[in-house]
Amino acid sequence: MSDTSSSLPQQRQHSTIRAGIAKRHARERRFRAYGIAAICAALTAVAILFGMILYKGVPAFWQANVELEIFFDPEIIKVPERPQPQPGQSPAELEKQQLAWERQVTMVNWNRVIKAAIRKAAPDVEIDTKQALSIIETNGRYELRDMFVNDPGLLGQTVTVNLLASANADNWLKGNIDRNLPDAQQQLSAPARALADRLLEEGTIRFAFAWHLFTNVDSRSAPASAGLAGAFMGSLYMMLVVIVLAVPLGVGSAIYLEEFAPKNRFTDFIEVNINNLAAVPSIVFGLLGAAVFINFFHLPLSAPIVGGLVLTLMTLPTIIIATRSALRAVPPSLRQAALGLGASKTQTVFHHVLPVTYPGVLTATIIGVAQALGETAPLLLIGMNAFVAAVPGTPFEQSTALPVQIFLWQGNENRNFFEARTSAAIIVLLALMLALNAIAIYLRTRLERRK
Amino acid sequence: MMNALREDLTQMNMVVRQLAVDTDLYTLPSTTIRTPDLEPQPVKIKARNVNVFYGEKQAIHDVSIDIPEKAVTAFIGPSGCGKSTFLRCFNRMNDTIEGSRVDGLIELDGRSIIDRSLDVVELRARVGMVFQKPNPFPKSIYENIAYGPRIHGLVRSKADLDEIVERSLRKAGLFDEVKDRLHDTATGLSGGQQQRLCIARAIAVSPEVILMDEPCSALDPIATARVEELIDELRENYTIIIVTHSMQQAARVSQRTAMFHLGNLVEEGPTEKIFTSPEVKRTQDYITGRFG
Amino acid sequence: MNSMLVTLVLLLLLGFAYQTGWSRSSRLAQVEGRLHSKPIYHGALVAIWAIVPALLILGLWALFGTATANTRFRTLTSAVVLASAFGTGAIGLYLARNRISARFRARNEVERIIRYLLIGCSVVAILTTLGIVLSLLGEALRFFTFVSPVDFFFGTVWNPRFSSVGTGSGDFGLLPLLWGTVMIATIAILVALPIGLMTAVYLTQYAKPKTRNIIKPMIEVLAGIPTIVYGFFALVTVGPALAGLGAMFGLDIRATSALTAGIVMGVMIIPFISSLSDDVIRQVPRALRDGSLGLGATESETIRRVILPAALPGIVGAVLLAVSRAIGETMIVVLAAGNSPYLRLNPGEPVSTVTVTIVNQLTGDTDFSSPQSLVAFALGLTLFAMTLVLNIAALFIVRRYREQYE
Repeated sequence: MSDTSSSLPQQRQHSTIRAGIAKRHARERRFRAYGIAAICAALTAVAILFGMILYKGVPAFWQANVELEIFFDPEIIKVPERPQPQPGQSPAELEKQQLAWERQVTMVNWNRVIKAAIRKAAPDVEIDTKQALSIIETNGRYELRDMFVNDPGLLGQTVTVNLLASANADNWLKGNIDRNLPDAQQQLSAPARALADRLLEEGTIRFAFAWHLFTNVDSRSAPASAGLAGAFMGSLYMMLVVIVLAVPLGVGSAIYLEEFAPKNRFTDFIEVNINNLAAVPSIVFGLLGAAVFINFFHLPLSAPIVGGLVLTLMTLPTIIIATRSALRAVPPSLRQAALGLGASKTQTVFHHVLPVTYPGVLTATIIGVAQALGETAPLLLIGMNAFVAAVPGTPFEQSTALPVQIFLWQGNENRNFFEARTSAAIIVLLALMLALNAIAIYLRTRLERRK
Repeated sequence: MMNALREDLTQMNMVVRQLAVDTDLYTLPSTTIRTPDLEPQPVKIKARNVNVFYGEKQAIHDVSIDIPEKAVTAFIGPSGCGKSTFLRCFNRMNDTIEGSRVDGLIELDGRSIIDRSLDVVELRARVGMVFQKPNPFPKSIYENIAYGPRIHGLVRSKADLDEIVERSLRKAGLFDEVKDRLHDTATGLSGGQQQRLCIARAIAVSPEVILMDEPCSALDPIATARVEELIDELRENYTIIIVTHSMQQAARVSQRTAMFHLGNLVEEGPTEKIFTSPEVKRTQDYITGRFG
Repeated sequence: MNSMLVTLVLLLLLGFAYQTGWSRSSRLAQVEGRLHSKPIYHGALVAIWAIVPALLILGLWALFGTATANTRFRTLTSAVVLASAFGTGAIGLYLARNRISARFRARNEVERIIRYLLIGCSVVAILTTLGIVLSLLGEALRFFTFVSPVDFFFGTVWNPRFSSVGTGSGDFGLLPLLWGTVMIATIAILVALPIGLMTAVYLTQYAKPKTRNIIKPMIEVLAGIPTIVYGFFALVTVGPALAGLGAMFGLDIRATSALTAGIVMGVMIIPFISSLSDDVIRQVPRALRDGSLGLGATESETIRRVILPAALPGIVGAVLLAVSRAIGETMIVVLAAGNSPYLRLNPGEPVSTVTVTIVNQLTGDTDFSSPQSLVAFALGLTLFAMTLVLNIAALFIVRRYREQYE
């Protein structure tokens, strides 16, 4: 290199710089590697989390079903004929008679019917009644009863019926429990395990998609039949409350602060308030709900309406902040044009500014609703963790919610079975949230493209 | 309409450039440049057929120029004419812009600087830069000056560093103004002081060339005069290239001037000649304010 | 059924009032020519005057009436309330209708009412804060009648016993819980800060826009996952993995411990720190970056010595917000921290936190008379105060930072 024109100290300096360059570039590469490592770490966390949930949860969507030839044996089902309407009989009286009859049907030893069917399916397996029945979920007998109540003509006939295998049998067949464990640590007795294996081999037990996960409510006595329907309705009611209350309030508040509010102490105070509320821990909102809605206003415990109110207050700041940023994205020229044509401030905002921000408002709503959908902690404090075995008919009835149901299931004693169940419930919850977020992203990109 | 006009201008420019090549401007031996009132200067930077692209868009068309050592060369022209883009080629600041591409030949002391084998860190230590808006780091005045020597590992002791800081500030004519508050934050200085601080910061690594991209456009007239004075003083030790849209400034501080228009070099020569008897009509029009 | 009927009558009143205002003003317009306001505004105004008083009475009754009304006179009182509600509604309708004239500025009045409504929406935020402060303070003060504040704030033993044993017999020392909270939050920040910050640095300074657009949303997915899912993840996967890892190195790490909860919480906070820092870093003017690069600094030198120091206040703000989130996080610690309220230094041991204890003390209990359940509010007050200070400090710092570069 011909540094003829440079002075001597400059030349010395160049050689110093050149000497350090390799080291500095190495440091640059290291720094870059840290960055990539950090991103990889974050992405790995995402991957492990989703991988684990899917790995554990997906098998739970398929459950063991036992296909049995049920013989409605008149020997066992000794009930009179179903009462029919008699001439001159009042409807109330008929209903009373029918209820009495149904009670009689319930008293029938349906377990014996099932037991007979199992014996027929595997005649050569030596097993006592209790052990044989342990592979069928306990709700099986109610299913048979309901079939009979609906159609008493089944008496004396043989019907093929699909019954759910018990949670323990499902565990055993899926290999969720170590097959080499000694008898004392197994959930099923040795003959019952042999029976389950045998029936699976013969095709009597089959794995089928567990639709009841979506249609049934939670159940403690028959864990294999437990479903999310109740929790789903509870969450739905709460989301409705949030949409009905939080969206108008949030959008109204955002419009005021962004378009009308004068710059003064009061406005500043509201803003600090909103920003702070956005970062207040959710459990504090739960305490607020417990103290104000339950203890002061005596609203019902465990009701979606209370949960909805608490979640409304919690998501309000989110919706306000997101709506404000949508309003801020509207170019001022639009407002000036409308004002210049003689529209009042209110007309400008509601006729010209707000319509432009609809996608933004919708996005804000979805973000808020998604946040509310996944929230658990405040709901525990207003009693939504109660066990509820019914689909709530109104927002005022006792109910649980999807995330709370997950919390309840993960705490169930039947760990082997409910770990998968919980993961399946999480998949349902995440799928709902992903769907919501996908809609939000779609709307946001559409909004940005139009700008 | 505008496009047609632009095309015409480009056409015209091509012809003019061809003429220029035929005159003595480019046939001079390219190791020295003659400028009236000055000794013949060796060439510090030599550029030939330089094209710059931003993505699909071509910002600089086939520019060739020689920059003399230890003199001030001014790039003038209407805004958007590519003078800043061309300036940034000399220390490869265009590298930091996504999708930019430079081809042609640019040599510093006879060595190509477009070639990727030349380390950009080393190049930028030799070719410093002062930007349009004063951009002192949000640190103390002292730390601003010390930044360059520190990262390049030029100092061994605190005393060395103190000396460099003082020398650089003195050269930038700022020392007396700030000597009592060297450890105050630099953002507290006035705009003109900030810009001189940025010049001092560039000087601290002892570059050979200093690029100045409209260094006075954000300053008031008094601060501008101060910076111009400084540029004139620095000429003794440094090769300076200044981009300006003020023709008065170019006339005041530079020995040579290059006029750019629409990404082309229109005319280049001794400043006095460009301003008194330009050879190209477009230069004349620009200087007399017909466009720009 | 009953409420359906009331709603129906209200809707009828609304429609009738609007129609009255609209038709009267339209007829007026035919006689007098131009009115100041369009008929829809007259209609809207009459409707507002008719519906608001009725709604007000019904609302007050719904809020406070059920608590006070005697069951014996329920039908009677509700009849009286309904009659008075609709009566006032009708009066309002009549008065508003009579005000309609050509010069009457109905639009201005409607707009003023709309503005009051919007202010009302904004005030909800203040009311919420007020509600939180008052309810927490009120119940916490009741708690302090059982247990002295000194014993609560400086006590080192947490053992509340059960309310059935007898009131005031347990120990209510906050410190073990606070310690657990602080330890878990610290671990979380130690995990999240380097990863989140370096992610933000890489995405803003090095990554091509295309890469950035893919990776950023992928990491932000972490922010949308409900905390109960993280809790389950910690309990089922991370805890056993850490315990196994500890066993390999001869360390005794429990499956549910401060470490488990802290690490998983750190993962949860990564997107929080990375997107906040991302915003902050991108606000550093490009001129500073150019200035440093123009002096011959490498990119990492520019980032470490110029960009990060310049962005430091904003990053500090982001970290404060992240800490506030970490100490308020509930479900992860409920599931994975082990619920063991003792002062322990070892992060491999189970701990308990303020939030876990709030859940434990209040879940399913609505009888707020024993210190065992009231303590939840004292804990909530402590939590609220801590997060309030952090949030306000963070907001203040970030706002100052924004102003600096605007």
